Amino acid sequence: MADSHANSALAHQFEDLEQQHEAASLGMWIFLATEVMFFGGLFAGYTIYRNLYLPGFEAGSHMLNVTIGAINTAVLICSSLTMALAVRAAQTGKRNALVAFLMLTVALGLAFVIIKLTLEWRHDYLEGFAPGLNFTFAGPNAKSVELFFCFYFMMTGVHALHMVVGVGVLGVLLVQAWKGHYGPDRYNAVETAGLYWHFVDIVWIFLFPLLYLIGGRY
Amino acid sequence: MQGHVVPKGIYFVIFGSLMALTALTTGMAYVNLGQWNTIVALIIACCKGTLVALFFMHLRWSPRLMRVALLSALLWLAILISLTTTDFFSRDWTPVPQSWESSLLRPPAQPGNLLHRR
Amino acid sequence: MATAAGDLENRVHYLNADYGIKSWLLTTDHKRIAILYMASITFFFLVGGIAAVLIRIHLIEPNGAIFEPGTYNKLFSMHGIIMVFFFMIPSIPAVLGNFLVPMMIGARDLAFPKLNLLSWYIFMVGGILTLYAVIWGGVDTGWTFYTPLSTTYANSNVLSAALGVFVSGFSSILTGLNFVVTIHKMRAPGMTWFRMPLFLWAMYATSIIQILGTPVVAITLVLVAMERLFHVGIFDPAVGGDPILFQHLFWFYSHPAVYIMILPSMGVVSELITCFAKKRIFGYSFVAFSSVAIAVVSFVVWGHHLFLSGQSVYAGIIFSALSFAVAIPSAIKVFNWTATLYKGSISYQAPMLYALGFIGLFTMGGLTGLFLATLATDTHLHDTYFVVGHFHYIMVGGAVMGYLGGIHFWWPKITGRLYHDGWARLAAAIIFIGFNLTFFPQYMVGYLGMPRRYAIYPPEFQVLNVMSSAGASILAVGYAIPLVYLIWSMRYGPVAGPNPWGAKGLEWTTPSPPPTENFEEIPVVTEEAYAYGAKEVSVG
Repeated sequence: MADSHANSALAHQFEDLEQQHEAASLGMWIFLATEVMFFGGLFAGYTIYRNLYLPGFEAGSHMLNVTIGAINTAVLICSSLTMALAVRAAQTGKRNALVAFLMLTVALGLAFVIIKLTLEWRHDYLEGFAPGLNFTFAGPNAKSVELFFCFYFMMTGVHALHMVVGVGVLGVLLVQAWKGHYGPDRYNAVETAGLYWHFVDIVWIFLFPLLYLIGGRY
Repeated sequence: MQGHVVPKGIYFVIFGSLMALTALTTGMAYVNLGQWNTIVALIIACCKGTLVALFFMHLRWSPRLMRVALLSALLWLAILISLTTTDFFSRDWTPVPQSWESSLLRPPAQPGNLLHRR
Repeated sequence: MATAAGDLENRVHYLNADYGIKSWLLTTDHKRIAILYMASITFFFLVGGIAAVLIRIHLIEPNGAIFEPGTYNKLFSMHGIIMVFFFMIPSIPAVLGNFLVPMMIGARDLAFPKLNLLSWYIFMVGGILTLYAVIWGGVDTGWTFYTPLSTTYANSNVLSAALGVFVSGFSSILTGLNFVVTIHKMRAPGMTWFRMPLFLWAMYATSIIQILGTPVVAITLVLVAMERLFHVGIFDPAVGGDPILFQHLFWFYSHPAVYIMILPSMGVVSELITCFAKKRIFGYSFVAFSSVAIAVVSFVVWGHHLFLSGQSVYAGIIFSALSFAVAIPSAIKVFNWTATLYKGSISYQAPMLYALGFIGLFTMGGLTGLFLATLATDTHLHDTYFVVGHFHYIMVGGAVMGYLGGIHFWWPKITGRLYHDGWARLAAAIIFIGFNLTFFPQYMVGYLGMPRRYAIYPPEFQVLNVMSSAGASILAVGYAIPLVYLIWSMRYGPVAGPNPWGAKGLEWTTPSPPPTENFEEIPVVTEEAYAYGAKEVSVG
C-alpha cells in the first residue's frame, strides 16, 4: 500500500482536510495537556515548599532581577504575537510574511534564552546561588533559600529547554516555509507549532510572578 | 473550510493588553498589599494566560473539545496540588508529644503562613 | 469455513504487502507496529520473568537459598521495573490497542501513524537504557525509587534506570494521545460513542490516564536525577525537603498506572464474554461509564500508598474513603459480566477460559484491596506479602490473563492462522492452577506478618513460601506452552477465515489477516455493539 500521496496535503488515514486539521489541533492540545501536568509536578512541589518556608522563598526571590524578568516576559509576549501572525500568514498563503514572522519568532526566542543564560543564570552562579554547584549564601533561612533556588533553576531550566526545542522546531518550519511548502490547505504544522509556542509563553507568564515577585518588592 | 483566520487587529489589541498587564503586575509588586500581592499577581497571570489561550491559540473559535482538553489538565493539576496540600497542612493538627518533634520539618511559626493552623 | 492455504499466500495482506527488515522497522501500519510491540514486550516479560524465577528459588530457604541481600534487592527491583514499565503498561494498549483500535472504529489507521512508530522507538530506547541499568550492576531501590535511598544512599544504577523509565513514559503518552484523537475524530459513519465496542471505551479511559498521569512521574524522576547528580536537596530533610513529597508525586502517577494496567484487560473481557456467551453485554452504558469513572477516580486515591509514610491521618481518611469509592465501578463491571453470562449460550474455548479466570481472580484481588484501603487493617498489612498477593492477583490473575485471552481471541485475525485449542485450554488450566498456588499462600504469609522486599524470613513461614515457589514453577510451564503452539501455528496452523468465532465487531468483517488499509470501503455502522441473538431484528 503506497504511503500518503506525496503531493496531496491529505494523509491516507483521513477522509478530508477538515478531519485532518481537527485531528492535528486536538493532538497538539492533548500534548499541551501533558505538558501542563509535566510542569505541574514542579508547580506542586513549589507550592508546598513556598507555603512551608515563605521567608526563605521571599529572600530568594528578592535576589532575582525583576527588570530582567519583566523584559524577558515582554520578549516572549512579542514572540507570541509574531507567532500568531506567522500562522495567519500561512493560513492566507503569504509566504514572505510567514518566513519573516517565523524568523522574528525564532530571534525573540533565542533572545529570551540568551538573556536568561548570560544575564541571569551566569550572574546567579557567580553570586553563589547555584545549589549543588557553588551555593554559598549564608544569611537567615539559608536552607529555604537554597530550596527556592533549586526550584528556580529547575523550573526556568525546564522552561528554557522547552524554548530551545521550540526554536529548533520553528527553525525546521522556517526552512520548509522558505521552500514554499505551506499554504491555506497545508498549514497544520505551523499552527500546531504555534500552539506549542504559545503554551511555553503561558508557562512563563505564571513563572514570572511566582518566582520573581514573591512577597513584593516594597 | 479549515480554521478561523483572525483579523490582525485583534492580535495587536491582545498584544497591547498583555504588555499592559505585564507592566501592571510588575508595578503592583512595588505596592504593599500584604498577603494580597500574591493573589493579585496570580489573578493577573490568569488573565494573561486566558488571553493568550483564547486569542493567540484560537480557543475562542475552536471546537469545544479543545477547551475540555485544556480545562481537564488544569483540573487534574488542581487535584495534584490540593490533595497533596491537605497532607502537608493537616500534619500538625494532631499534636505530637514534645520529645518526638523534629524541628527540621516543622515550619517555623511565622506570620504569612496562611494555612498554618496553630 | 477455512479458505484454502493458497489463498493466504496469494492474497495481499498487511503481513506480505512488503518484505524485508526495512519494511518492518520503517512501517507506519498500526498492525505491524502492534507486532513490533508484541515481540518487544514478550522479550521484556521473559527478562522480568527470569527475575521472578530467581526470587522464588531464593525464597525457598528462610535464610535465602542463593543470593546476598544486596543482590536480592536488585532482583525484585529489576522484576518490578521491567514488569511494570516494559510489560504491563504497554501490553494491551500497544499490542492489542494498536492493532484493533482503528479496525474497531472502521478507520484505515490511527490518527498519527508516524507518531505511532516513534512511540515504539522511544519504548525501545527506554528499554535498552533500563536493561543496561539492571544488567550492568543493577538497581536496588525497588521500582518505587523512594527517596532518600534513590537520591542519596543507593550505590546502584539509579540514574540510568530512572532515565530508562522516563524515556519509556513518553512512549506511553504518545500512544494514549494517538488513541484519544483517533477515537474522537476517526469513527466510521454511524459509529456513535454508544455503538463502540467496550474495548474502545476501555482504551479511551486508559489513554486519559496515560496522558494526564505519566508526565508527573516523568518530572519526578527528573527531580530524583537532579538530586542524585547535584545533591540539591529537594527531598532532603536536612535542607527542609520532604521525602514524602516524592512519594506524593510518584504515586500520583503510579496509582493510576495500575489502572492503565487493568482497564484494557477489562475491555478485552467485555469482548470475550459477549462473544463466548453469544449475548449482548448486560448494561452497556454502565460498563462504558464505569471505565471512565475508574480513570477519573483513580487519580484521587494515591495517598493509600502513603498511609504509613508520615502522611497526615486526616489526608489518610480522605484517601481511604476515596479508595473505597474506586472499587465501585470495578464491581459494576463484574456484576454486568456475570449478568451477561446468565442464560447465555456459553462455550469454553481458550479465550473464554481466560475471561472467566479473570473475573474470579480479579474479584479476589479487588476484595483484598479493600483491606488495604482500610486505615486500621493497612497498618498491619502494609509492606507485607499480603500487598504482594493483592496486586499480583490483579496484575497477573487479572491483567495478564486478560492479555492472554485477547491474544488467543484475536490471534486468527492477526496471523490468519488457528492454533490448537486443546493445548490452549490445557495451558490456561495450568496457568490458573500455578497462579493460585503461587499467590494464595502469599496472602496468608503476609497476613501472618512476613514483610515484602526482604531477602530472609522467619523459618515458620517456609512451608507457605515453598508452596508459592512450587506454584511459580507450574506457572512458568503454563506460560511457556502458548509460546510454543502460537509460534507453531504461524507456520503450520489451519488457515483462519474472517470470523472463526462468529463474533460481532468491525474487525471481524475483514479478511484474516487484514489488508494494509483495513477496509476496502469505510463501513457504515447501523447496528448496536454486540448484536448477538438472531431473533432480534437488526436493521442494516
